[in-house]
Parts: sequence; C-alpha cells; structure tokens
Amino acid sequence: MTTQQAPAIQVHGLEKSYKDLRVLRGVDFTVARGSIFALLGSNGAGKTTAVKILSTLLKADAGTARVNGFDVATQAADVRECISLTGQFAAVDEILSGRENLVLVARLRHLRNPGKVADDLLARFSLTDAGARRVSTYSGGMRRRLDIAMSLIGDPPVIFLDEPTTGLDPQARIEVWQTVKDLAANGTTVLLTTQYLDEAEQLADRIAILHEGRIIVNGTLDELKQLLPPAKVEYVEKQPTLEDVFLTLVGTKA
Amino acid sequence: MTKHFFGDTTVLLGRSLRHITRSPDTIITTAIMPIAMMLMFVYVFGGAIRTGSDTSYVNYMLPGILLITVASGIAYTAYRLFMDMQGGIFERFQSMPTARSSVLWAHVLTSLVANLVSLVVVMLVALLMGFRSSAGVLAWLSVAGILILFTLALTWIAVIPGLSAKTMEGASAFSYPLIFLPFLSSAFVPTDTMPGPLRVFAEYQPVTSIVNAIRALFAEQPVNTDIWIALAWCVGILIVAYGFAMNTYRRKIS
Repeated sequence: MTTQQAPAIQVHGLEKSYKDLRVLRGVDFTVARGSIFALLGSNGAGKTTAVKILSTLLKADAGTARVNGFDVATQAADVRECISLTGQFAAVDEILSGRENLVLVARLRHLRNPGKVADDLLARFSLTDAGARRVSTYSGGMRRRLDIAMSLIGDPPVIFLDEPTTGLDPQARIEVWQTVKDLAANGTTVLLTTQYLDEAEQLADRIAILHEGRIIVNGTLDELKQLLPPAKVEYVEKQPTLEDVFLTLVGTKA
Repeated sequence: MTKHFFGDTTVLLGRSLRHITRSPDTIITTAIMPIAMMLMFVYVFGGAIRTGSDTSYVNYMLPGILLITVASGIAYTAYRLFMDMQGGIFERFQSMPTARSSVLWAHVLTSLVANLVSLVVVMLVALLMGFRSSAGVLAWLSVAGILILFTLALTWIAVIPGLSAKTMEGASAFSYPLIFLPFLSSAFVPTDTMPGPLRVFAEYQPVTSIVNAIRALFAEQPVNTDIWIALAWCVGILIVAYGFAMNTYRRKIS
C-alpha cells in the first residue's frame, strides 16, 4: 500500500451479531485499488454479512469500514455513490424487459441519456437481441449477465459481487469470470465472495479466508500455497491446491 | 439524497405501474370479489333486508362494498413489496444513491392508483345495477377524499407485513380481517338489530362511521358528526400505521 492512493476498501475490527449469534468477530482486511479480492468461506461464515455492511445495507456493531475513503456508517450516501452491489440472488425485475431494467437503474443513478447507457450495456453483454424480452424468459446465465450489467451503470469504482456464480452452469460461470477480469483490467476494484475455491484461484489477486467470523488467512495465492509444505515423500513434487490449504486451515481451527 | 426524492419516487412509481399494466389481473381480481358480494347481497339477500330507509338496497350497501374493494386491493401492495424484498432488487435500490424512502412511497402511490381504478370499476357495475345518486360535485369530492384517505391508511398497514412477512401467504393474510370488518358494521344491515356487545362493537368501529358518512354524502343528507369521526379514524390509522411501517422499514435497512 503506497501513500499516494488510499486503499479502495479498509475494514478494521468489524463485528456483527444477530442476537446471540456472533457472525463477525473482528474482521480486518484491506483491498487495493483496481484489484480483485476474494472473500472465501463456507456457508454461514459471514461473507454476506460483511458485504452488506460494506454496501451500507447493515450497520456493524463495532469496528470501522471505509469504502473509497468514505466511512460506511457516517458517510453512507457518499459510499452509495461509488459502489454497486450484485447480491446472491439476481436482483433484476422479472416483469420488466432487460432494457427497461437497465434504464430503470440508470434513471435511479441520475444519469443523462439512460437509453443510450442501456443499449451500450446490452451490446457489451450480448443481450441486445433479448433486450426487449421480459427477464422472466431469460436463462440463469442471461439473468446474471443482466444483473452484473445493472451493477456497472454509472461506472462505480468499487463493485461487490456476492457469490456471483452460485447456481450457474460452467459456461455461464466462465462468462462471469471473464467479465470480472475485464472490470479489474479497467481499474475497477472488485470484492467478491465465493465458496468455490477454483473461482478464487482463477480470479483473485488476494484471497482472504473467513472462518467463524474471523479472517484466518489473507494473502496472494502463492503466499497461501506456501503455508503448506509440498509433500515430502512423493517423487513428483506436488504443489498443494488452494482446496488443500483451505481445508487444512479450517480443519485445524474447528 | 433527499433532493432526488420526487424524481426517484416518480421513476419507481412508473416501474410499479408497469407491473400492474402487465398483470391487469391484479385489478380485476381486486374488483371481482366485491362485485360478486354486491350481486349476492342485492339480488339474493337484498329483498329480505329491511334497512329502515327509503333508499334502494344497492344505494344502501355500496359504501361498504367500496371499503371491501380497498381492503382486498391493498393485499397486492403487501405482495409486491414482499416480492421486491425476496428478489434482492430491494437491496439493489437501497445500495444505490437513490432516495431511500422512495422505494416505499412508490409502492404506496401505486396502491392508491390501482385501488382507485378498482373502485371506478366497482362503481360502474353498481351503476348498471341501479345505483343512483344526485349528489353534487362537492359531495362526490368528499367521498373521493374519504376513500383516498382510507386507501392510504390501509396501504400503510399493508406495508408492515409486506416488509416483515416470511412467506407470501403471510404477506397477504392480514387483509382477511379487514375485508370482514364491514360485515360487523352498518354497511349491510342497520346495527340496531344486532345483539348487545356486537352492536356496541359495530357502532364504534371505524367502518360504521366511514360507511355512514359516504352514504349520507351520496344521499345528499346531512353528514352530522359521522364525517368527522370517519376522518379522525382514517387520519389516526394512517399516522399510527405510517409510524409502525417506517419503524419496520428502518429496522430492515440498517
């Protein structure tokens, strides 16, 4: 982290409980601008809760979080200006057409020329032919593409993707991965949560493993792999996969 | 944020109204039950009911039928709100730089428009069935005003289950007692034939004063204190329901 540019996301000591259930127990991490950061964890690890706090949908019980330099608790309106959230379930309006969905979001983001914004995104996500059709007729992959297209309206510098490929077929999954890579290549910061280890391995510059409300490890893929020594007795030296790392770390802590 | 309130509400109102024009069955089903009740009461029971007034039975019972129309119509507001909450589009709107309360107001105004259309449909059927009123413009405007206030009051009640229900059935079940409330009032029969405690309930519950006020306005009779009691009930319910709905909403978004 250099001092010229503040990190896109800074999280410090974040805590959140639902009644007796302590979902987040002091989470710290930093995401550099223009990078892809994967928050990896099993179901119920607190990934979605963390994303909801960062996207101003939930208030933390303790700790601070800053997005693009703005505090999510005290400067929520400023945070909302520079983020986009793609939740776990495609947040699209089924009754409207694809184009109408995009125009709706462009209007709500107070952009000029919402029609042009919509047409450009339809073209970029190969949805032009389906643009006039109701979203209820879309396949799962198309719906997800539209969902992500809606999140790009207004070019927010920080994008949260909460389990973006859950429920998608392998082809649609690769399409989403390509979109995420393109975003980061254009300087957008992406925080994605996933329970798929290969997804984190494919996309992320840095990976943090969230387990039982705490970040138990945070590093690049190579750094994570070094946590486990290569097996000694094998003649063919085999690097541990991220899956090995994850399961070992989670297993010993549990 | 608030500077966009009216613009954002208009955009979101356009969205919900488009939902209605694409599934006009919501207006038809809203109007069908009150129309069926009206047919049954006028042609089956009507001949045997002595209202003690010289007006025709359809004139006598139309105010109650109008209130039942609104009570069944607002279930769709709860339903539409519930669907938004479930689908994730609610969270998308809440994480955007959009005036936050616009999401609720758009649903409330949509309810008003949809219910007014249903009321007009029911009125037209009543005219075919022989409803007549020589009331002047001012009386008609007063009736419209009371119905608008009543619709807003019930709509804000509907917002509460719409935001907090766990299932779709739960979101609309609350409307059944509201639909039956007019039966325990002066809407279909005079209250003086009812047994003691029921009569007391019927005479002091809100529907009776609202029905009596609308009936008097249609018949060009003096409205007495009924109209003030009716207005007090509508405004009172509106304020309390709005308070509870906003409280539920705030707990949902933070």
